[in-house]
Amino acid sequence: MTTAVEVHDLKAWFGKTEALHGINMAVEAKHATAVIGPSGCGKSTFIRCLNRMHETNPEAKAEGTVRVGGVDIYEMPAVDVRRRVGMVFQKPNPFPTMTIYDNVAAGLKLNGTHNRKILDDVVEHSLQQAALWEEVKDILKKQSGASLSGGQQQRLCIARALAVSPEVMLMDEPASALDPISTAKIEDLIFELKQKLTIVIVTHNMQQASRVAEFTGFFLMGNLIEYDKTEKIFTNPSDKRTEDYITGRFG
Amino acid sequence: MPNRQIGFRRQMTDYFFTGLAAGLSVVVVSALIAILAYLVLRGVGSLNWSFLTQTPKPVGEAGGGMANALLGSVMILGIASLFGVPVGIGAGIYLAEYGRNRLGQLVRFTSDVLNGVPSIVIGLVAYGLVVIPQRHFSAFAGGVALAIMMVPTVARTTEEMLLLVPHAVREAAFGIGIPQWRTTISITLPTARAGIITGVMLAFARVAGETAPLMFTAFGNQFWSFSANQPIAALPLQIFTYAITPYDDWHRQAWAGALMLVILIVGTTTLVRFVFMRRMLGGVR
Repeated sequence: MTTAVEVHDLKAWFGKTEALHGINMAVEAKHATAVIGPSGCGKSTFIRCLNRMHETNPEAKAEGTVRVGGVDIYEMPAVDVRRRVGMVFQKPNPFPTMTIYDNVAAGLKLNGTHNRKILDDVVEHSLQQAALWEEVKDILKKQSGASLSGGQQQRLCIARALAVSPEVMLMDEPASALDPISTAKIEDLIFELKQKLTIVIVTHNMQQASRVAEFTGFFLMGNLIEYDKTEKIFTNPSDKRTEDYITGRFG
Repeated sequence: MPNRQIGFRRQMTDYFFTGLAAGLSVVVVSALIAILAYLVLRGVGSLNWSFLTQTPKPVGEAGGGMANALLGSVMILGIASLFGVPVGIGAGIYLAEYGRNRLGQLVRFTSDVLNGVPSIVIGLVAYGLVVIPQRHFSAFAGGVALAIMMVPTVARTTEEMLLLVPHAVREAAFGIGIPQWRTTISITLPTARAGIITGVMLAFARVAGETAPLMFTAFGNQFWSFSANQPIAALPLQIFTYAITPYDDWHRQAWAGALMLVILIVGTTTLVRFVFMRRMLGGVR
């Protein structure tokens, strides 16, 4: 077992409000880890600290250490961090003015890769990994990313994130805006992806957590209450608050 | 049934307000059409080949045209756009992407005030900035005056259009490690392109008809001038000059000049839209 992401005493603020009160967590490499908890518990803030997206909000700041592959991401340029730790957002957000091809290629192109051959390969490979290739291979350069259905758009966003070959993929409720069939596709995809990279997924859906993730962390009011194997969390949690939450007594 | 009565009343209210809105739109549009129609009516008779190719003739001599003024307007507006559009768009980018601070507030306020400054005052500023140091009037000075007038409109529409781009689009770019400046240039600006072009065209159309700021900058000229460094004719100036004379022939030419000015504005706007929108289709579809 190797650790992909090691979080030590991570605190995060919005203005003067402390949203995370010192989180410690070790995320297993090439597995999926689910982050659950009621709204406002800090789970989105937490994963946004793992690729330094948190600080794109001018009011926000974070403190503590987050090591990805042994390197403290707060010691390196944020732009580099985000290429190693990719992110998929709650709502699909393809670039509206770009074709499907350009959406996937954007991360490489806009950072200076212009070799056609490389781009073509990466685009095809990423779309295949995101299980979207077959559906879009004939309209790659004809249609805009925004012309696809919601579920396709989300897989396009996954392909776009994969194109810069990240080690870790953060997913912030990636299926909450999608219908059940699209959701199932995303979940299948997570199964495939975790063979190659580490996944941290925030979800409101506890069934989803138990389906896709080997490990689950339960957040409550800015604290990590319990973090264990998913099976243990859902069948035999050690903390009373975890039990109350998963049995639906609050949240 | 009371339900049916309520339904009837709602239906009538709906018809009434829809009718009202439609009626008011007709009032607005008919004013525009009336102006354009009158302009065509009075101007089209004198709009002929010699009008487009000749310079003004002395009073009493028939014929002559505004070719030099047409060229002058094109040159002045070109210079104005060359300076005004980049500065305006740059300021707009700053306001939208970095301007959540004191300096941003100041720029915003200044630009709104500048938008309200009478155009003749802007002309005086250009006079002080360019004409006095150079000791002569010039097309360049006219361009500077109009550029100053374009900046606030372009800046504020650029800002507003950029702010309309959803934050999720920027986040998507940050999320794959694209730096902020790259995101602005390659993602946010193209997304807001249509709106920004509208703003630029609005500013262009507004300054194209300005007369006052050109009086002591471009000054006007009865002859050909191809130099940006010399006094030059401009359509609005020529229209003004001709309109206040007592000569019928010059009045007719002034009408044709006004029509020409409108054609110039509509033509440029359409052309720019056509070129940019066509390029955009490649991305959108």
